[in-house]
This record gives sequence, structure tokens and C-alpha cells, in this order.
Amino acid sequence: MPTAPQGESPLRSEHDIVLARQTVRKLTQELGFSLVDQTKMVTAASELARNAYTHGRGGTLCWQIVERDARRGLKLRFADEGPGIPNMDLALTDGWTSGNGLGMGLSGARRLVNDFEIDSKVGAGTRVTITRWK
Amino acid sequence: MERIPILRMGEFLLVTIQVDMHDQLALKLQDDLSHAIQKNATQGVLIDISTLEMVDSFIGRMVADISGIGRILGAETVLVGMQPAVAITLVELGLALPGVATALNVERGMALLRRKIDGAESNADSTTG
Amino acid sequence: MADATMSNVLKKSGKEILAAWARDLASSQAASKGRISAAELNQQAGEFIELLSTASEHARGADITGGDFKPIRDFLDGVSRSRVQQGFSSDETAMFIFSLKKPFFAALRSDAGKDADALADQVWKATELLDALGLHTVKAYQKSREEVINRQQREMLELSTPVVKLWDGILAIPMIGTLDSARTQVVMETLLNKVVETGAQIAILDITGVPTVDTLVAQHLLKTVTALRLMGAECIISGVRPQIAQTIVHLGVDLQGVTTKANLADALALALKRTGSSLKN
Repeated sequence: MPTAPQGESPLRSEHDIVLARQTVRKLTQELGFSLVDQTKMVTAASELARNAYTHGRGGTLCWQIVERDARRGLKLRFADEGPGIPNMDLALTDGWTSGNGLGMGLSGARRLVNDFEIDSKVGAGTRVTITRWK
Repeated sequence: MERIPILRMGEFLLVTIQVDMHDQLALKLQDDLSHAIQKNATQGVLIDISTLEMVDSFIGRMVADISGIGRILGAETVLVGMQPAVAITLVELGLALPGVATALNVERGMALLRRKIDGAESNADSTTG
Repeated sequence: MADATMSNVLKKSGKEILAAWARDLASSQAASKGRISAAELNQQAGEFIELLSTASEHARGADITGGDFKPIRDFLDGVSRSRVQQGFSSDETAMFIFSLKKPFFAALRSDAGKDADALADQVWKATELLDALGLHTVKAYQKSREEVINRQQREMLELSTPVVKLWDGILAIPMIGTLDSARTQVVMETLLNKVVETGAQIAILDITGVPTVDTLVAQHLLKTVTALRLMGAECIISGVRPQIAQTIVHLGVDLQGVTTKANLADALALALKRTGSSLKN
């Protein structure tokens, strides 16, 4: 297998967001995800990377190829040291509507992946972990 | 600074988005387009995303904004060539882009623009599709 | 610290162990009904012993998740996959691993000599390790089986969601059966790709064969409609029965301007009009 099973990249500039997308695209391709699944994962990564950069004032993306019951997947962790999320319920409000795009990052990204975990404290940053299985 | 080129396609303006845009580039495009619409007094804009393999909420919002800005400046906008995987993902993301007209390709997009402009000129209701 | 006894025994007596194991496997060959050749079986056995002798240097009880065990895990994944395709059951596949115990323990016994404690210890370690590898093989087998079943289900779903070209620029997709999330994904992918392929302008979703329409089904329909619109194709929903019309109104579902028709013929007539074609009566 050509890629190492894990890696890290910064999310401290707009170019980093583009790089993050490219990294996730490459990884999902290597894992043999279908085109739709690749696109979903790359899009989710773009949303969360942007959140970390704009709301989170900069952060890091840690990626890992994971295995569970002989099934392989891609796990992405977006961590920032920003202000944290004061109202988690509001932030995760699920609304499948023709929205205006505001605050859609989290609830939208959640629908694009298999596993979604979020941990955030006001004043102590936010960590979002998503996984997509093949 | 790099920018996305805006071409004249007959009476309309054509923007072909091929690169993986970073946010600033997208905002620059919005700005450039607004000025180009005004400068050319054009009535129609085509945004071709047929080679774009990913559209997220930022780009989606940018397109919706361009459509709105264009309308205020007197131009209709049509988004053309969205790839199936991108459409499926956008729908799952919750973005339906209701105010943005769409077409399968540039040719259909131009036909749609023609119909809208003619329709507007003869005061008929404008419709999507 | 990992104990290298197992590894040493495997390296020293590998040939004898393989020979004994191959004999046992050959007698089970009779039961395999020719699903696998003796040559392939022996080749797999030899490779397994080699991988095991390397990996067992780092043996840590029943934990085979470490990087040292990746080559052997990958090997077993491959073996499981081919066993699935060859038509073996999961326990037949696991027996491949477990049948190594007999010749392996025999080698461990001659290595331990009179030291009963040492032997008991090594046999336990070997059991833990082989059991863990056997379990992994079963899991890998199940995963392969699932993949085969999923693929077959998908193929069936695709077969039962045929996209039909009714006219130039007009596609129809008769949906039969319940519209759940898996089905919707298949419908969307098939239909959208066909739209690009044929350059269709209008897609008619015929729901005559969909038994009930509740909020979830309505949502799935809307997803398909929205995705089509984003690509620049128009949608007409046909086969809307009176009960469904009532359900849609009562649920307050917003069809977002999609035209609905009671039957396919009406939908086709409308589609023809919209694409500028017409059929003379």
C-alpha cells in the first residue's frame, strides 16, 4: 500500500483548505471509494477544514486509515483552538431545506459521512472526527 | 494574483471554473464578474462547472450570490454542467440553490438564457428549466 | 518482552510442520470436492507458515492488530476472499488455520523436551495466536461475503430500476417497490449518469409501483428531483394516485414546483410539449 496509514496537515491558510481537499481526494481514491463516496468525503472535509480555519482561527487536520472487522475506512480529525461552540444543538440543527449556506458546515457534513463525533468547549476549541467506511 | 478568466460568448459572458478554488479566488471571481456584467451591459452569464469535481457550501453560496448580484445588475445567470456525484453530494449537504437557474451544458444554457431574456422582454413569467 | 520460541520452532522445523500439515489438509481435500487444487492449498500453507514465523517473533498474546501482523492479516484477507469465491463456508475457511495446531504443537513438544511447564506455556501462546488469526479469517470471510451480497443486491436494485429512453431527450424511470435510502441512492446515481450520457432534458419518475408515500419517501423523491434540477434537467412525477395526492397535501410536502401527473401517458405528453416535440394523434 503506497500511503502511510496516517498523517497530519495544518489548517492555517486558505491554501491549506485546498490542500486538505486534495489529500482527502487522494486517500479516498487509494482506498477505492466510489466516486460519489469520494466526493462526499472531500466535500465534508472542505466544510470542516473551513470551519477550523475561519471560525476556529486555525487548526490541524489529522487523517488515519483505519480498519474495523476487516473493513477499511478513512478517519479525519479536525481540531482547532478557537472559541468553541456555545450552542451545540443549534449548530447541529438538522434541516434538509434549501438553506442559505450559513452554519451548514456541521449538520451537512454529518450527513455525508458514516461516523461523526464532535467535542467542543467554549474557550477550549473544537474537535470534529468523521469516518467513512468502504 | 491568479484569477479565473471571464470570456465573451456571443452576447453572454462565460466563466469556466476548472481549478480547485480557494475562497479568496472565489470572492475575486464574484467581484470581477459584477464589474464585467456592468462593463459589457450583458444580459446573461454562464458559469460552467462541468470539470469541477467538488462543490461545497462556500462555492454554492458564491454561485447563488453571483446569481443574485447579476440579477440586480440586469443579467440572468445559468449554472451549467454539474457532475452527478456533485449534485448528489450537494443535495445530501442540504444545498438546493433554489434561486439559481441550471442547464446541462453551455449550449442548453445559452438557449435558456435566450428564452429568459426574450420572455422578460415580452413580460411573460420567467421559469426555470 | 516478546518470546521468540514459537518463531524459532517455526523457522527450525518449518519443513516438517508444513509436510505434516499438508498431509492433514490433503485428507480434508477429499471433502473439499475439488473446490481448491492441492497445489494452491499447499502454496497457501507454505506462505502462511513463513509469514507466521516472522510475525510470531512479536507475538503479544491474542493481539494481532499491530503493524507486525499486517502482512499476515492481509494474506488471510486474500485467502478468505478466494474461499468465498470458491464456495467454502466460514468454518471450512477457519479450519485452514486451526488444522495447523496439531503439527505445530507436535514440533513445540519436541522442542520443549522434558520441560512440561515450558511446553504448556508455548502451547498456550500458540493457541492464543492461532485462535486470533482464525477469528480474523472468519471476520474477513464474512466481510467478503457481505461485499458479494451487497454487490448482488445493488445489481438487483439496478435491474429493478431501469432507466428507459422514451423519446429524444426524455427519460423515464419506473420505480417499483419501496423507496428507501439505499434504493434512492441507486436511483439517483443511475438516473443522473443516464441524463449526462443521453443529454436528456426531462426525467419522468413514475411512482405507480411505489406502495406508500410517507414523509421519508417524499423526502427521497425530493432529493432525486433536486439533484436532477441542479444538473439542469427537469422532472415530472407520474403515477400519483388520489391517496398519494392527499398524503402530500396533508404532510405539507413542498414539491418545489415539480409537475405531477396521474399517469405516464400524460407525463409523456407534457414532456413532449416541453421539449418541443409532438406526437400527432
